[in-house]
Amino acid sequence: MSTTQVVEGIDGTRTARQGSPPFNVVYEWLTTVDHKKIGLMYIGYALIFLLIAGVEAMLMRIQLAIPNNHFVSPQVFNQLFTMHGTTMVFFVGMPILFGFGNYLIPLMIGARDMAFPRLNAFSFWVSAFAGFLLYFSYFGASGLYAAGSAPDVGWFAYAPLTAKVFSPGHSTDYWTLAVFLSGIGSIGTALNIVTTIVCMRCRGMKMSRMPLLVWLYLVMCSLVFVTVSPLTAAQIMLTLDRYLGSHFFDTQAGGSAVLWMHFFWIFGHPEVYVLVLPAFAFVNEIIPVFSRKAIFGYPAMVAASVGIGFISLSVWAHHMFTVGLGAAANTFFVFATMVISVPTGIKIFNWLATIWGGKVIFATPMMFCVGFLFQFLVAGLTGIMLAAAPFDWQLGNSYFVVAHFHYVLVGAILFALFAAFYYWYPKITGRMMSETLGKWHFWLFIIGFHLTFDFMHVPGLLGMPRRIYTYEANRGWGGWNLIVSIGAVVQAIGLLIFVYNLVQSYFRGKHAGHDPWDAWTLEWSTPSPPPAYNFAVLPAVNSRRPLWDLKHPEDPDSDYE
Amino acid sequence: MTGYRKATLDSRRTFRMAVCFLPLLASVATAQSPTNIFAPAATPAHSIFDLSMLVLSVTLAIFLTVAGLLLYALIRFRQRRGDSNREPAQVYGSNQIELSWTVIPVLIVVMLFLTTARVIIGTQAIPKPKDALNVTVIGHQFWWEYRYPGLGVVTANELHIPVSNAAHSNPTYLNMSSADVAHSFWVPRLAGKTDVIPNRVNTMWMDPEQPGLYLGQCAQYCGMQHAKMLIRVYAQSPAEFAAWVSQQKQPGLQGFADNSAASEGQAVFMHNACINCHAISGTVATGRFGPDLTHLASRDTIGSGAIQNTPENLRKWIDDPNSLKPGCLMPAMHLNDRDLDAITAYLTQLR
Repeated sequence: MSTTQVVEGIDGTRTARQGSPPFNVVYEWLTTVDHKKIGLMYIGYALIFLLIAGVEAMLMRIQLAIPNNHFVSPQVFNQLFTMHGTTMVFFVGMPILFGFGNYLIPLMIGARDMAFPRLNAFSFWVSAFAGFLLYFSYFGASGLYAAGSAPDVGWFAYAPLTAKVFSPGHSTDYWTLAVFLSGIGSIGTALNIVTTIVCMRCRGMKMSRMPLLVWLYLVMCSLVFVTVSPLTAAQIMLTLDRYLGSHFFDTQAGGSAVLWMHFFWIFGHPEVYVLVLPAFAFVNEIIPVFSRKAIFGYPAMVAASVGIGFISLSVWAHHMFTVGLGAAANTFFVFATMVISVPTGIKIFNWLATIWGGKVIFATPMMFCVGFLFQFLVAGLTGIMLAAAPFDWQLGNSYFVVAHFHYVLVGAILFALFAAFYYWYPKITGRMMSETLGKWHFWLFIIGFHLTFDFMHVPGLLGMPRRIYTYEANRGWGGWNLIVSIGAVVQAIGLLIFVYNLVQSYFRGKHAGHDPWDAWTLEWSTPSPPPAYNFAVLPAVNSRRPLWDLKHPEDPDSDYE
Repeated sequence: MTGYRKATLDSRRTFRMAVCFLPLLASVATAQSPTNIFAPAATPAHSIFDLSMLVLSVTLAIFLTVAGLLLYALIRFRQRRGDSNREPAQVYGSNQIELSWTVIPVLIVVMLFLTTARVIIGTQAIPKPKDALNVTVIGHQFWWEYRYPGLGVVTANELHIPVSNAAHSNPTYLNMSSADVAHSFWVPRLAGKTDVIPNRVNTMWMDPEQPGLYLGQCAQYCGMQHAKMLIRVYAQSPAEFAAWVSQQKQPGLQGFADNSAASEGQAVFMHNACINCHAISGTVATGRFGPDLTHLASRDTIGSGAIQNTPENLRKWIDDPNSLKPGCLMPAMHLNDRDLDAITAYLTQLR
């Protein structure tokens, strides 16, 4: 393993902290505009909400473990799934991915910060406030049933259930405002990331030399503009309906329930890609390093990512196959949805080809990537089943769908995120995460995952709709649900080991050095953790793998690109 | 009460299922569930079933191929003890290979798309037969109203329809809308689900071959008791269906000479708020907010399938429906024991 050349010229000029350390540290984090600190705050904030939404999931699984259970009341159950879904999408998924993007993108393109550092801080704090606002509803909203109740209209909040007459009180308003504010924060960060990528690349880093992670964040953030804006607009329309007498979605006054569905899903489906593209991004960086090979088919990977971005904007009504849009509309959306499997397939094949002929090292990040590959494959294939509209007439809104999208969100995105944590933790903290605990985490989590989400498909095939707080014993769903709930417990144990590993490795982990994985992108050329200015001397690159060129001057990538 | 009928899968389908399915799915096929989507009992459910078999076979083949290659690559190209420190050969890509794994999936997609389009058109874009039975379905929080416009029948929660077979095709068309929020009508063994949306009329059809009871439930979250908005479809032979219709067309029974409790109950009912929400034909009770009770005693269940229709359950329901179905919109009536007994006696007479 050759060593990386690092310029630490002005590193010694860093001044030691002065004054009372705890106060200074808090002040420094509250007022920071440093992309790395903001990225870490995004990640920490998302992890807190991940634990909260995880507890909500556990409570739901206890309730559903056996038929006719009375562990929680119907209204509490309805609040649990609403909060679980809203939290996981808006306050775990988006912030954690923005967090990694914030941290990594300037480092990977050889920049010293984001294009708009203050906008960056603003976006983070707005999003953070939105999450606390949502949970304040437990104290502040007089909802459907009593004072202080969380939203219970479901995370897609279909009209007209959200109308004042069906959802009196303020719980729905807390939901609306929280999603609205989170949307403002997301659009701000997306704008920032796109600008940074377009304007702040170091010398020599043409678009065609950007790491794939950067490309995928470019597509993801462009999608955020197009998709989060309609949702944010729809939240304003809903608030107008509820308080100012407009009738966009108010069916009792001639409004349209289907209009809300369009608004929601023109956001909702591309949102899946907003969440999964960064997962692709992590895998794109990690698989080559642990296969010791360059990514196979870089141009095809870029084309597929951009293609997915565009096609994902034309598939939203596959969430509405049962709405009665008619045979022509259904047929169109079947086609659009099936077509998206082509670029997605290209990605899987390119990852396979990257591994092919390599020298695969099964460190924890790679193991999570392997889990990602198999699970994303299955999720894509169940997606094809759901894309066949008539099959969807049976499967839609059943537990099969719940299993399908959790295969994407957990099996693909969360696994890729775990891989990213293990991979970049040494860069962020200067310490390695424990491999032993990492393996325990991986095996417990993957076993729990498959117990839960493989078996969750079955009650859906047996006719179990989602969002029911209990079910009859004679439906034949009981045993399957019990297995699903047991798997949830195993996953929870794995997750706790991960959190413990995060904390204890910070204090006791092995020192990582600059480049523990012998990797090839620019972030590994800075110290770990990187100094505030990232690079003492702004780098210049000649290929997609600048550190490969440095390590192999006899055989640089720049000769082949 | 009729029990549900078990799946009648012909041997060809069973064989295909055994060949195509993962063990997991095979266990589903044999699972005892009255709502199994792989036990179709009407034409729409059958055509979905056939399409699903094709899609499952194709996706299983893709899964085995790709997962097999992945597994092989991971094992074959793993780092071994004693490997040299040299990096493997760096391969940057190949246009021919990229082209092949673009074109082959495109062909698979086109094949699946055309097959799917055929089933969509065959279910949603075919003309309605002249002799089809029309039923108006109205979704309510949290129960179903069924009106038979041609037959003058109004009922709730338990849908009766005639069977239909090749010799005498007699499909039932459901014209569906909602009185309040969005619902979805789903009886898995008969057809896929169709949403029931306010300000909009959606249509679906079904033609069960065999008489029997088919279960389902609301499949779109509609509020607190979404879970207990159950559906019961009774498919009946033409003779049984005709008998049911002629019985349901009768006005509600009145004047119970030999049953003083029932006649007292009728008086209590007509003098209480019951009539604001419930209708009993032939009486002053014409409310439409709750289910029509003209022939309540002819139904197997109350509370939209939540509980069995027994006098004890009915009495408990009238006393406080929320104790049996929390969140249901009928308020507790706060009647004294005598009135409760009387109303129960009256309603159990409404056959």
